[in-house]
Amino acid sequence: MPDKIATGIVENGMAETAPRVSEWRRFRRVFLSRGLVFFGMVVILVFIFVAITAQWIAPYDPYKPDYTAILQNPSSSHWLGTDAIGRDTLSRIIYGTRTSLVIGLIVVFFACTIGITLGTIAGFFGGWIYIIIMRFIDALMSFPMILLALVIAALLGGGMKNVIISLSIALMPGYARLMCGQVLSVKQNDYILAERSMGASNLRMMLRHVVPNCISPIIVQITMMLGATILAEAGLSFLGIGITPPTAAWGSMVSDAREYLMVMPILSFAPGMALMLVVFAFNMVGDGLRDALDPRLRGIL
Amino acid sequence: MNQDNLILDVKDLKMYFPVVRGLLRRKVADVKAVDGVTFKLMRDETLGLVGESGCGKTTIGRCIIGLYRATGGQILFEDEDITSMSEKKLREVRRNIALIFQDPYSSLDPRQSAGGIVGEPLKIHNMALNKGEYKDRVEQLLRIVGLDPSMVDRFPHEFSGGQRQRIGVARALACDPSLIICDEPISALDVSIQAQIINLLEELQDSVKGLSYLFIAHDLSVVRHISDRVAVMYLGHIMEICKSRVLYENPLHPYTRALLSAIPIADPFVEETRERIILKGEVPSPLNPPPGCPFHPRCFMAIPECSQAVPPLRTISDGHEVACIRA
Repeated sequence: MPDKIATGIVENGMAETAPRVSEWRRFRRVFLSRGLVFFGMVVILVFIFVAITAQWIAPYDPYKPDYTAILQNPSSSHWLGTDAIGRDTLSRIIYGTRTSLVIGLIVVFFACTIGITLGTIAGFFGGWIYIIIMRFIDALMSFPMILLALVIAALLGGGMKNVIISLSIALMPGYARLMCGQVLSVKQNDYILAERSMGASNLRMMLRHVVPNCISPIIVQITMMLGATILAEAGLSFLGIGITPPTAAWGSMVSDAREYLMVMPILSFAPGMALMLVVFAFNMVGDGLRDALDPRLRGIL
Repeated sequence: MNQDNLILDVKDLKMYFPVVRGLLRRKVADVKAVDGVTFKLMRDETLGLVGESGCGKTTIGRCIIGLYRATGGQILFEDEDITSMSEKKLREVRRNIALIFQDPYSSLDPRQSAGGIVGEPLKIHNMALNKGEYKDRVEQLLRIVGLDPSMVDRFPHEFSGGQRQRIGVARALACDPSLIICDEPISALDVSIQAQIINLLEELQDSVKGLSYLFIAHDLSVVRHISDRVAVMYLGHIMEICKSRVLYENPLHPYTRALLSAIPIADPFVEETRERIILKGEVPSPLNPPPGCPFHPRCFMAIPECSQAVPPLRTISDGHEVACIRA
């Protein structure tokens, strides 16, 4: 190889490229620079900590009725009072965190795995495969999400497993549609054509090149949908077809406390506040992630 | 011509893109992007393919590498027909044919490091036995194209346009291909970088035994510099094909002459006396090409017979073929 040309160009190249700012450092700076995003992150971490350590930090057993202490107002022994059969509200909220987060995470995991797979296949192959998959997704999307979840949950009956199934089905179309749109635009790029021209298999093109370039809006969607999922689960539980009692869940706690709304508003307010805080925190973090991952997306999602 | 040295033999290649309409995807017409193209490419040779945009240059390149399935004709690459190959076989053949793209910004995966991009063909074809060998080969490739091997971990957005195109060249070289299709590799670069890339391609051809280029471009002066032979295309047909020196000194086809007369001359005094052949009208649509010679509606030498039949390529002198009845 002609060394003189090679070295000349290497020197030019060295002069041109500025010192590297690591991708991770840039991400961290943008992500944590906004106070609300930071606050949201802290709230989420606190809730996760609470969910993990529930059995140690809860002051009482959340399932054991105490008929000597029913419908008590907040006091030093019961910080948030007790419900109609004397269970400690704070302990039930702490255990409810576990239910909410676990359901939120599992549902989003299933929904996005299935959604991303379907969306990628539809977008990548196009043609009849696209038509069949996307019309099916469109049909699912034509129902309001919560209504769809409600119908499926009503058919399957309550319980953790069925709530997860119904919410996963209800949330999946959103991911599929978003992913399909992303794939359709990414596969137009020359680097996918280049990959094909090098002799790469379809699977390699999809997994190594198409999906990684589509994933950042999906990550944002996942974070934002976590909040929505938790809310939807609470909605189902509130309507009585979600988590079956006595398992502590925020939605059913609000529902149970409804009768005492006038005499003991704290009973429904406390789980409601916890719910609001979590959803708000996930939305803020999603917002921050969007700005940090892809500045071009600002204000779109 | 020595048949042993033949690497690519394109025979009467046709590529029609169907125009579909309606719910049932009824075919209503064909876009005749390439309509009966025949040429040969030898080992160690560079064939320039020139023509204005939309004349089918890129389509030919993509048919050769099997990205498009040809509608008709044959493409023999090292005596194997690409047009009738199974997808699996085609993937293997692609090891020996590489493609360099026009736009260095969209042809590199933004999420892959320079080393990953260059090593991609090695991984696809399992050509590196172990990690060390892979790493050595990637570094060697970067060095060949004049990039510092310490930049393997950088991502495409950290490189300039010229450097990105060098990565594209390194990727094309990774599997030691015998044919590289350069699809306007310099059109998106500025002039000083163009020269660097052209020189790089020429040096590579000098140092690698048996490397052929199909060099697609619309810039005649660049093609003259790099090509051994040049084929001039118009509306999906080859109009003239000959040695590059001959083409510039003695163009026979009226379209070639019009093209060459459009090249500005650097000397202002000579430039003033330059005679330009101004073509009238627009390029006809490949959806509805004119009958007979595709160029006749705009040709300044046209006679009524030109609209009768498509003129075949005729050999005028040794290695000089023209598709014109008046030449």
